[in-house]
Amino acid sequence: MIEFINFYLIPGLVLGCMYALGAIGVSMLFGILRFAHFAHGDIITMGAYLALFFVTALGFPVLLALPVAIVLTAAISVLLDRGFYKPFRNSPTIYLVIASFGVALMIRSLVQLIWGVKVESYSAGTFSKPIIFFDTLRLADKHMWIVGLTIVIVVGLHYFLSRSKLGKAMRAMADEPDLAQVSGIPTEKVVRATWIIGGGLAATAGVFLGMDTQLHTNMGWDLLLPIFAAAILGGIGSPYGAIAGGLVIGLAEELSSYPWIGVEPLLSPGYKTGVAFALMVALLIWRPSGLFRGRVFT
Amino acid sequence: MSSELALGLLLYAVSLLTMAGIYGVLAIGLNIQWGYTGLFNAGIAGFFAIGAYVSAILTAASSDNFIGGFGWPFPVGLVAAMVVAGAIGYLVGRLCIRLRSDYLAIATIGVAEIFRLILKNEIWATNGPRGISNIPRPFESLSQPWSQIAFLLVVGLVVLIAYVLAERAGKSPWGRVMRSIRDNEAAAAAIGKNVTGFRLQGFVIGAALMGLGGALASHFFKFIGPEATEPLMTTFLVWVMLIIGGSGNNRGALLGALAVWTLWSATELLTSQLPPEWAVRATFLRIFLIGLGLQIVLQRYSKGLLPETLPKVDPSEFETPPGRAQEKAPAAE
Repeated sequence: MIEFINFYLIPGLVLGCMYALGAIGVSMLFGILRFAHFAHGDIITMGAYLALFFVTALGFPVLLALPVAIVLTAAISVLLDRGFYKPFRNSPTIYLVIASFGVALMIRSLVQLIWGVKVESYSAGTFSKPIIFFDTLRLADKHMWIVGLTIVIVVGLHYFLSRSKLGKAMRAMADEPDLAQVSGIPTEKVVRATWIIGGGLAATAGVFLGMDTQLHTNMGWDLLLPIFAAAILGGIGSPYGAIAGGLVIGLAEELSSYPWIGVEPLLSPGYKTGVAFALMVALLIWRPSGLFRGRVFT
Repeated sequence: MSSELALGLLLYAVSLLTMAGIYGVLAIGLNIQWGYTGLFNAGIAGFFAIGAYVSAILTAASSDNFIGGFGWPFPVGLVAAMVVAGAIGYLVGRLCIRLRSDYLAIATIGVAEIFRLILKNEIWATNGPRGISNIPRPFESLSQPWSQIAFLLVVGLVVLIAYVLAERAGKSPWGRVMRSIRDNEAAAAAIGKNVTGFRLQGFVIGAALMGLGGALASHFFKFIGPEATEPLMTTFLVWVMLIIGGSGNNRGALLGALAVWTLWSATELLTSQLPPEWAVRATFLRIFLIGLGLQIVLQRYSKGLLPETLPKVDPSEFETPPGRAQEKAPAAE
């Protein structure tokens, strides 16, 4: 039982937090700009590497580099929107999707150009021992930071979306864009805010992934499909659904290799990420509105 | 000395054209899916991989490292690659074809990644990450450069056949139905076309061509591994080729394949002259520039180098005078 918690449940939760942070952005961008943002994974990579710059070059502790990376990534996201997505606001969404493929490639190749393709780490050589509770429950402090900060961010986002005028405007636009526009919501301002939030959360996910494991230039791309799966599971355009979806996908991936029947893993760990892909394809086919009956764009 | 240089240049040109031809097959496949039918397949790499592995397993010599090694002839491998890729395309299409553009893109990319995981993990069948080597290439017993030239001719022949068939299909009533579905699905459904059925046909034909491209590539490299099915080199590059060349136009697809691949490998030739550390970095600069080039084409010349030309419709075809309708019907058969 305790082994289940230590080696399957907690890693699943930590992974779920990262998926949730990415999926909120994907889901809101999909809801407001109506396209699947394929560069989101590489924005995650960019956030992680920006933090790495402050850690290695300037000697920041990771948790201090995190807010800097968030601000920078949010700003770059707004600029990327200006340069590569804004020209297509009134074109068929397919142009946006293809442009986002191009942006994904450009970001990744820039990261590779600047930092190379070696695997990097925030804390080279140091290994933090997990804190052990009740003799058996092992909690690494990085995991506590990741889950704790995710909760803080999600609560903050909740207050922003439910109390502030801009947050309400965002939800209105994600729900019913035409109605939002005729009721005088400043569309471009909302779009900018969406990029800031989406980019900032993506950077957070990237830094967390770097803290939990390592940094490599494909890290965000590998996260992208599970994030899409989470966003679809939670219902496109619903930030709360995206959080739930992220946790479900993260847990499903980790728990799929638990020996539920007998002693062998239920599914070979090599197929872990396949669980998210399969869930995603199945959802798209049978329940594209997600678990909570969100919207489907036609 | 100079004859050696000339031979090197010739081999380089031949290999460049061969690769451009293989990409041309992939681009025509994508043109049928996207250019004709409007299906956003982001899983080209998956069908490419299926074709490559099927042909490799059927034609390679027997081996303990992977399933089979049947030593069958090359054309059988190509046909089988198309059949299997098409059949899997049919299964994928049956499930996913109703999805709208972005959703279809996400679903197909997910399916392609699942294929990649299978190829990587089912070591008994595919030799896992080490891949399948010693795949025979036709005419490899000939001397240099004739063996390379002969294979180029084979690829050229395949491209020609694919082009002619795709062109004829595009100009036929079938092609018109496809375009009508792409441009206005509701209208096509309203005049009684089986939209889902036609979309599925487009998807399967494209998938079969992508499998064919994969098979040709595996014979050309004489090797296939799961890394070769990376989304960047197949899915993304083929999309760039079709968009730059001109989506909806088969000649555009071929021109895009040739132009982008020439650019890609010519810049590689330049960067390989740099010191090793910079050569690796320059690769990423190239990828960056390709991405930027795509953005410029998308924003400025969104129709590509050779925009789609719709087949001219002869108005008299639709104004059959009364009394002639009965004569004409059997003749059209």
